[in-house]
Amino acid sequence: MFYRESGDFSETYPADSQTFPIKFDRYRYYAVLVVAFLIIPFIINDYWANAILVPFLIYAIAAIGLNILVGYCGQVSLGTGGFMAVGAYACYKLMTTFPDVSIMFHILISGGITAAVVTLFGLPSLRIKGFYLAVATLAAQFFLVWLFNRVAWFYNYSASGQINAPDRTVFGHLVTGPNTDAWAKYMICLVFLTFAGIVARNLTRGSLGRKWSAIRDMDIAAEIIGVNPLSAKLSAFAISGFFIGISGALFFSVYLGAVEVGEAFGIQKSFLVLFMIIIGGLGSVFGSFAGAAFMVLLPVLLKNVLVGGLGWDTALAAHLEFVIVGALIIIFLIAEPHGLAQLWRVAKEKLRLWPFPH
Amino acid sequence: MFDQPESFVTSDGRTIGGVMMEMKNITLRFGGVVAIQDISFDIREGEIRAIIGPNGAGKSSMLNVISGFYNPQEGEVWYKGERRPSMKPFEVARQGIARTFQNIALFEGMSVLDNVMTGRLNHMKAGILSQAFWYGSAQREETENREVVERVLDFLEIQHIRKTPVSRLPYGLKKRVELARALAADPKILLLDEPMAGMNVEEKEDMSRFILDVNDEFGTTIALIEHDMSVVMDISDRVVVMDYGKKIGDGTPKDVRSNQAVIDAYLGVAHD
Repeated sequence: MFYRESGDFSETYPADSQTFPIKFDRYRYYAVLVVAFLIIPFIINDYWANAILVPFLIYAIAAIGLNILVGYCGQVSLGTGGFMAVGAYACYKLMTTFPDVSIMFHILISGGITAAVVTLFGLPSLRIKGFYLAVATLAAQFFLVWLFNRVAWFYNYSASGQINAPDRTVFGHLVTGPNTDAWAKYMICLVFLTFAGIVARNLTRGSLGRKWSAIRDMDIAAEIIGVNPLSAKLSAFAISGFFIGISGALFFSVYLGAVEVGEAFGIQKSFLVLFMIIIGGLGSVFGSFAGAAFMVLLPVLLKNVLVGGLGWDTALAAHLEFVIVGALIIIFLIAEPHGLAQLWRVAKEKLRLWPFPH
Repeated sequence: MFDQPESFVTSDGRTIGGVMMEMKNITLRFGGVVAIQDISFDIREGEIRAIIGPNGAGKSSMLNVISGFYNPQEGEVWYKGERRPSMKPFEVARQGIARTFQNIALFEGMSVLDNVMTGRLNHMKAGILSQAFWYGSAQREETENREVVERVLDFLEIQHIRKTPVSRLPYGLKKRVELARALAADPKILLLDEPMAGMNVEEKEDMSRFILDVNDEFGTTIALIEHDMSVVMDISDRVVVMDYGKKIGDGTPKDVRSNQAVIDAYLGVAHD
């Protein structure tokens, strides 16, 4: 079976506007879902969960969130780390204040709280654009980290200043705390990522997504066709914040278990997620997945090749890893400034005519 | 011949309705510069109204006043028999006034279809939950509005490029897509800022035909700015002539052509 666009003709408008208009894509999507939900949980081990899959799933949620704001609505943000911290601390406070409520709700509500906070920090976007907005969100990043360090109420006055995730269960299975099984961590993150991916895709193909893209491409023209810039921009901040908050909550409660805010949610986290969406592709949900996978896998891959394959010293490899990852990012962006998603689109266009060049 | 308040039929058989929009003594200043000085005119339902004048006459400023980008220091804008308070451009758009720009203002990152679909945004009301799960009203709305958009695409003969990113299109087609986007909004008044600027003769003919067809088929009232005199004289019902921010003529193309002030402005006499 060839991968082709030709031969698939839509006969109705809903069929034409679906997420995967090509049959082959659709089947592959179902296949990925089946593998992710029904096969991987049974073969996953601790190493795969902690080193690769769980961080990938969580970062993909954050990347989807940031991509909505930066890639779709064109509002640059450097506050992702701080916003993830809001999600983490909101989740911590909820988990300790309402121990009887399911953690699923806690995570969702943490997303909601983060959405409100991010919207607040999005208010300057109505006046300033581009680099200046980036600086404003940078201020949010430093302010939030400072806040969670200074105000003891946020970490329940613990002596270390850290927050620790208590044990919580979903359907009787432990999902947080040190004794959690690899598959349970993986599953809860996967459920939220699937939810985030579907919602993000639906929002960006509908009328809200068009409003965002219109604001991104030319705000004056967007206004003249009746888009209220205030509500369009703030809704992008809110929804972006919702997903980033969920990813922050998962990052703390499921992945790390114990968090010191400056370390886990510092400025480097903001840049990491920003790199993910730039490398993956701005304005593309698929790009968010690809970018997260790239940035999570690359260091692991390099470590395996350098230490395992070439027998280098671990410390030397760890330092060189930074250099190599950085260089690869630069090379990649020179070769394909629009990211992995664009690479995929180009390949698809080539395939449409393959094997005949004209 | 245009003093009658109610609708009437012109000599070439076109029906013109009552006054849709009226500009009363508009004055617009930028600091010390007076861009528009005490101008009044009206736009009647169903007509094609042209605003002409030499460079810097204040035509585009006038259009920007109508579409809400500028708020005049003096004067009133009346729309559908009511005085319009000062408004933001998106509020004006929601009242049924759509426009195109002199320098194309399309969304370059989106396909032709998505660009034209943005014209329907004011007609889409589905809630965020419905959109998030692509269920119920969001899906229904998408299909309904897609049908409207497809009719517009068909009308302007750009169906074949509906999935093409706008950034790949040649200039003439971009102008047509911009017209499509404005038209998709189903406007009461359509403002066109130099719809034929930079076009060759063939493209101009196409565009003139589309403007006349839009007016004819949908009954859309059109106000346009244009430099090409022969086009203006051919397609418009009434013409306002501006020079240095002042109105120097107003009437049918025939009246305007024989107006001495207009001839002076265009052929040039010494201003004292």
